[in-house]
Amino acid sequence: MSRIERRFQALKAEQRAALVTFVTAGDPNPEASLATLKGLPAAGADIIELGMPFTDPMADGTSIQKASQRALAAGQDMHKTLAMVKAFRQDDQDTPLVLMGYYNPIYCYGIDRFLEVAAEAGVDGLIVVDLPPEHDDELCLPAAKAGIHFIRLATPTTDAKRLPKVLENTSGFLYYVSSTGVTGAAAPTPAKVQAEVEAIRRSTDIPIAVGFGIRKPEQAAEIGRFADAVVVGSGLVDCIAQGETPEAGTQAVHQLTQALSSALKQARTPA
Amino acid sequence: MSVISQSHPAAAVSDGLRAGPDDRGFFGRFGGRFVAETLMPLILELQAEYERAQQDPDFYDELQALQADYVGRASPLYYAERLTEHLGGAKIYLKREDLMHTGAHKINNCLGQILLAKRMGKQRIIAETGAGMHGVATATVAARFGMDCVIYMGSTDIHRQQPNVDRMRLLGAQVIPVESGTGTLKDAMNEALRDWVTNVDSTFYIIGTVAGPHPYPAMVRDFQSIIGQEVRVQMQAKEGRLPDSLVACIGGGSNAMGLFHPFLDDADVAMIGVEAGGEGVETGHHAASLNGGVPGVLHGNRTFLLQSDDGQIQDAHSISAGLDYPGIGPEHAWLHDIQRVEYISITDTEALEGFKVLCRLEGIIPALESSHALAEVMRRAPSLPKDHLMVVNLSGRGDKDMATVTHYLADELAAAAAEQEGRA
Repeated sequence: MSRIERRFQALKAEQRAALVTFVTAGDPNPEASLATLKGLPAAGADIIELGMPFTDPMADGTSIQKASQRALAAGQDMHKTLAMVKAFRQDDQDTPLVLMGYYNPIYCYGIDRFLEVAAEAGVDGLIVVDLPPEHDDELCLPAAKAGIHFIRLATPTTDAKRLPKVLENTSGFLYYVSSTGVTGAAAPTPAKVQAEVEAIRRSTDIPIAVGFGIRKPEQAAEIGRFADAVVVGSGLVDCIAQGETPEAGTQAVHQLTQALSSALKQARTPA
Repeated sequence: MSVISQSHPAAAVSDGLRAGPDDRGFFGRFGGRFVAETLMPLILELQAEYERAQQDPDFYDELQALQADYVGRASPLYYAERLTEHLGGAKIYLKREDLMHTGAHKINNCLGQILLAKRMGKQRIIAETGAGMHGVATATVAARFGMDCVIYMGSTDIHRQQPNVDRMRLLGAQVIPVESGTGTLKDAMNEALRDWVTNVDSTFYIIGTVAGPHPYPAMVRDFQSIIGQEVRVQMQAKEGRLPDSLVACIGGGSNAMGLFHPFLDDADVAMIGVEAGGEGVETGHHAASLNGGVPGVLHGNRTFLLQSDDGQIQDAHSISAGLDYPGIGPEHAWLHDIQRVEYISITDTEALEGFKVLCRLEGIIPALESSHALAEVMRRAPSLPKDHLMVVNLSGRGDKDMATVTHYLADELAAAAAEQEGRA
């Protein structure tokens, strides 16, 4: 059983949704970013998404675009991102870590080499925004062979006809994008999202995470009542942007993570 | 009436080098559909609709009527007699896309795509633009069909192409400045993709070049292929045979693909694609993706890109905003791979020389984009025999470039002014 599967099994027993936190690797600089990353599990992150910065993040809103720019300006690259995962794993053997980003930096690094180094560093899964199932041969299937989950996005435009294709080679969990649009945009209506998540659940047993537009603890709690995991990204990344110092940013990320985590822990408790 | 009867792309010969792409959108190892899941269903729907349209005579009747009476096609194939004499070699013909409505070849593609948008029931059109020519052409067809139109344009480009910004606004389009990244064409394309992903139900994205996710590279090529189809017929009428060589500039590569594609299977026709060499490929300040880039994945397709070792996209540089893109259409990348087309680069300075020569010898002010192709003609033609028939795609007119050209040629223009005043 993989780290991701173990984590979801444990949370199922606790009857609560996982908190999935996103930060961009190297934002605002390598040292502060590693401190942010290392402190996330203690602050309440159940699963960590670590963004691989890219110059042209077409599916991201302003918050995550700027996080990429800050990281790249501070000299982040794929080598450093993978080294960061390795450093994180030295202290933490249990928290699943998923790399998220765009295909070109991986393609450029070399698929085989990337998978080898990522697996060795302790990467559990990949979310690559611009690799739809039509291109599973590029990275999804090789990743599965290397023992790394390929986590697919499903969206409001993924209709019943297309859903089986999206689910086919997805593993670890499914990331349901709650709104059409870029990351950090308008918050979803929980009722609508719930209906869509339940529709997907009829076709799959794998856990379903919901993300895009969830920033506040009370929003997270609403989604956490029915989803298996709740993803928060732009809200955390904004903490780094607004931090007066890199250290203050790290602290603010951990504070928001704590607030999100306790909201999720209470979400399914009957009032 | 148009002298050319446009054949249905579906009815065209589908073997040899014109058969691509395959059903996943690949030309060799290039192309594909590297987009977010949100867009996939729409892209598949667009592909299906395009395939239906290709079988529909009404679609082509409407397109052809607009090409003739609204755009002014066929564009002339003009024998550049004085340029030919000046260079003393190959016989040079100019394909006059600069004379078409809106002043460039971009309208060919926009008309085709807006007819598709209409078939798909979309009421809102978005587009990216660099030099502004595609933006103007998109705003034009949106006005003609009464659709809402939003154009994304990098803030750097807005500054250097102000007249086109004014034209788009006069045509009723909303022009949104893009500040992200470096504020040029690639950033405008990112922002257009973000809009599309947000407004996927209502919106049709008219991509301006032979790039992006499948089916765009093939679709834009098909709509631009009227350029080469006309040249085939026109050259037969004037010279009784096909041309010996074709020359066109390349940013994304739509005017070049439009000229080249109908000739790909004619082995005796040489083709030269001219990339923007900026300050010289060796300086790193250029937009020559094939001559100075490596394969990667951006904006929905795998192609040659200007990028760092880490796969981060680098800024392109060119005197011409329309060529200032760090990628190139995937079919060009493939034609480069198989060496069917020769791809070379021309610097800013050489392009300005081409610009000046055409102004003086032929009384035609060319776009700076097309001036790159003219500069290559000047380099190549003198050593060729006089019976060598060379066609250069004059893809656009240069009025939009006056500010750039007067800036670069300030000293020369001041000297000319002083001399003329001295004489007066």
